[in-house]
Amino acid sequence: MRRVFAIAFVLLIAALPARAADRFEDLVGKLGADSFAEKIEAAQALGELGDGRAIAQLRALADGRLYVRQSDKQIVVVAPDATPAADLDKVRVNNRLRNVIATSLSSLMLFSPERADRLAGAKEAFSNDSAGITALLERALAGEKDPEVRDAMAFSLNAAKLRTGSDADRVAAVKELSGSVDPKVLNLLSELRNDPKIVPALAAAIDQAMAASDTKRRVIAIVESLFQGVSLGSVLLLAAIGLAITFGVMGVINMAHGEMIMVGAYATYVVQELFRAWLPASMFGWYLPAALPVAFVAAGALGVVIEQSVIRWLYSRPLETLLATWGVSLILQQLVRTIFGAPNKEVSNPGWMTGGVEVVGGFLATWNRIYIIVFCFLFLIAIAALLHRTAFGLHMRAVTQNRDMARAMGIPTGRVDALTFGLGSGIAGVAGVALSQIGNVSPNLGQIYIVDSFLVVVFGGVGNLWGTLVGALTLGIINKFLEPVAGAVLGKVVVLVAIILFIQKRPRGLFALKGRAAEA
Amino acid sequence: MRHWKLGRPAAAAMATVAIFAAPAMAQAPIKVGVLHSLSGTMAISETTLKDTVLMMVDDINKKGGLLGRKVEAVVVDPASNWPLFAEKARELLSKEKVDVVFGCWTSVSRKSVLPVFEELNGLLFYPVQYEGEESSNNVFYTGAAPNQQAIPAVEYLMSKDGGDVKRWVLAGTDYVYPRTTNKILEAFLKSKGVASEDIMINYTPFGHSDWQTIVADIKKFASAGKKTAVVSTINGDANVPFYKELANAGIKASDIPVVAFSVGEEELAGIDTKNLVGHLAAWNYFESVKNPTNAAFIKQWHTFIKNDKRVTNDPMEATYIGFKMWTQAVLQAGTTNVDAVRQAMYGQKVKAPSGFEAVMNTNHHLSKPVMIGEIQANGQFEIVWQTKGPIKADAWSPYIPESAKLTADWTYPWVCGNCTEPKYKMMSN
Repeated sequence: MRRVFAIAFVLLIAALPARAADRFEDLVGKLGADSFAEKIEAAQALGELGDGRAIAQLRALADGRLYVRQSDKQIVVVAPDATPAADLDKVRVNNRLRNVIATSLSSLMLFSPERADRLAGAKEAFSNDSAGITALLERALAGEKDPEVRDAMAFSLNAAKLRTGSDADRVAAVKELSGSVDPKVLNLLSELRNDPKIVPALAAAIDQAMAASDTKRRVIAIVESLFQGVSLGSVLLLAAIGLAITFGVMGVINMAHGEMIMVGAYATYVVQELFRAWLPASMFGWYLPAALPVAFVAAGALGVVIEQSVIRWLYSRPLETLLATWGVSLILQQLVRTIFGAPNKEVSNPGWMTGGVEVVGGFLATWNRIYIIVFCFLFLIAIAALLHRTAFGLHMRAVTQNRDMARAMGIPTGRVDALTFGLGSGIAGVAGVALSQIGNVSPNLGQIYIVDSFLVVVFGGVGNLWGTLVGALTLGIINKFLEPVAGAVLGKVVVLVAIILFIQKRPRGLFALKGRAAEA
Repeated sequence: MRHWKLGRPAAAAMATVAIFAAPAMAQAPIKVGVLHSLSGTMAISETTLKDTVLMMVDDINKKGGLLGRKVEAVVVDPASNWPLFAEKARELLSKEKVDVVFGCWTSVSRKSVLPVFEELNGLLFYPVQYEGEESSNNVFYTGAAPNQQAIPAVEYLMSKDGGDVKRWVLAGTDYVYPRTTNKILEAFLKSKGVASEDIMINYTPFGHSDWQTIVADIKKFASAGKKTAVVSTINGDANVPFYKELANAGIKASDIPVVAFSVGEEELAGIDTKNLVGHLAAWNYFESVKNPTNAAFIKQWHTFIKNDKRVTNDPMEATYIGFKMWTQAVLQAGTTNVDAVRQAMYGQKVKAPSGFEAVMNTNHHLSKPVMIGEIQANGQFEIVWQTKGPIKADAWSPYIPESAKLTADWTYPWVCGNCTEPKYKMMSN
């Protein structure tokens, strides 16, 4: 313990005695040892040594940027994006070593001059169960001025006291942590509570703390399921909006709808590769917005071609349309397989879509899902505006409601049909851009979504955009509330059975069109 | 149905004629059936194996054919449709009269063609890691059995270097391979003293794309203080959204390592691996293995496919081993007759790209090394652990009580794939 104090002191005055410096060099050299056991020992010792310079070396080791020069066995740190020289051997890491590094780093970072480092170190220290961490935290807390970092340190200090403190310390720590919904805290508490040698006072304190957070935890669980449901719903909605137009509005049973999504996803891939090849890395994050119009035009144009060459000859024959579009879907799949190859293509999340944000203890919302939800609703509003606020939208609705009358009024029905189908397909293409961010980009991509898309449109009510919205969200949320109870496989079955029963009762879906439009 | 006829240089033909005084060109070619899906869901993995067989056929023809005869590949497309696998297998065996078939990926497709191969006495080489619990006289299994992949992987995670894992999530796609593997793993874990409440088993449908709930559940399960790992038997397309969700949920390999049995170099090619460094996979071969056989194998593949960016993987290596063994057995038997080749297969040895010598055993399974690799940022694996030598495959798992009693041995006196005692016994009079 005394040594730890000494180390902290040494760090504070930021001057290192020569002996410690030698030891530092020695330990860093050992990081390049062949055996994992030696490396682990060195990483641990570096953490205990408390020399701030070790942060860079340890980070490099964890990131796989630490190399050994073959000639003189010197340790070399390579910059993040640089290519290492030919005579350098990478130092191998495994998960056990990574954990040791994380622990060492967290204790080193507590004294780092960077605020962000100290904050991260304080948070990491929560799961640090080494014996010296209490003293380190107390020492760090004494010198800390930033309130947020202080809070994090105090929080972690409670955990350290819970693990190693006296019974009185523990009861005090439990009181401090009472009401927290962080799963790490809850698990630490329940672990202590299950200890058969627990003293009654501590047991009572833990029970009280658990009870205090009980309602909050239930609410969080519901909010979490709700978010996941809305997120799944928005994915379903994106996949289904295009179909709501081609099938819902035009009445074409379009089995190739999924392949339009696939075309959009592959367009994203192509745009990404172009950005990688031609533009600087700093621009890379923009490839996704750039892919949106490309995907829309690619899928939309393909839709117009399909409408002109196949579908327009089959307007009064739904069964033949079904078969013909299914054939088109197979052709498109095989075409993509021939051009791009059968294996999946890698489409990466841009930086701003990676990771997530912890909304409240234990509930983490990932950025890609948040963006997709937002994008999905903006997109739906734009389409609704197009249908109800523009001349093209008016023509489109007129043609689908009464073709002959529309033609008599001078609307070019053939062209409107082609453009409507193109619009539906283009929308599916845009959905493909979004879906490439959460799923895989493969020739089978469309097949994953085609059944769900039809389900949403039929459930929501054919020919109604708002029905599609409500249908998608309902299905998403029901699915996510069922999944924890019934499991993913059974949950899906239950939803399907429920929809079959629902359609028996209301064959026209949630929002059935009424009046003359219904007969069209 | 399509045929790929592979010619060979005239010079080689002449040489063959010279060696085998018989007029080689007059003889019918040896036919190799290729039964891999080229369309549908499984095309993503199986197309590569079709190309691997074609590469091997091309190679052997360049070297002058087999037994002085040309080798011809007959490629059919069962289109990821399980009943169609059986139809195409029948077509290959009775109409095309092929001498051997290389094919199948999923266990369902193998189970579907099995009766056909047994009825018509065909020969199938199955190159994919699978759940075991099977040994047919008409199939040679060149992929890993559970004791060559799943069990060593779990043992590694239990060890100090693997992170001393105490709590287990067994996540899989809902079909026969994950269900059987998880049954074996559960029995194994319990035999090692893991309590039931420390095992969480989860199944998802094929192509599952929304992993939010499951990843959140894994996180909650893992925050119980004990070190937790995920053993993934998730198959095919569902892996990409699973790993994307893992990465975005901030689950690092040092917190909760995921060890996968169906994710290799080919599957990683479709994922951005920067946030997945340290997650694991267990196989019998990785492309990153350094030895001359592997270097030659990779070079041969790049030359054949005319693309330096294509990766190699474990099922490709298993196809390579199977094909080499079959050609050696045909040479030894001097014929392609199924019964003769089968006899010649036992004990065949092949220097494998894994750097070890693979051996065919009398239970129709291989002895192969086991390797654990960590995913790297460049989409390759770095080996963190491997067995000292090849491990012999168990056709029947000793951890499932009903199958522990069974023996697979296709030589005298057993001659049996699932017996409790030898079929032929010494008369005791």
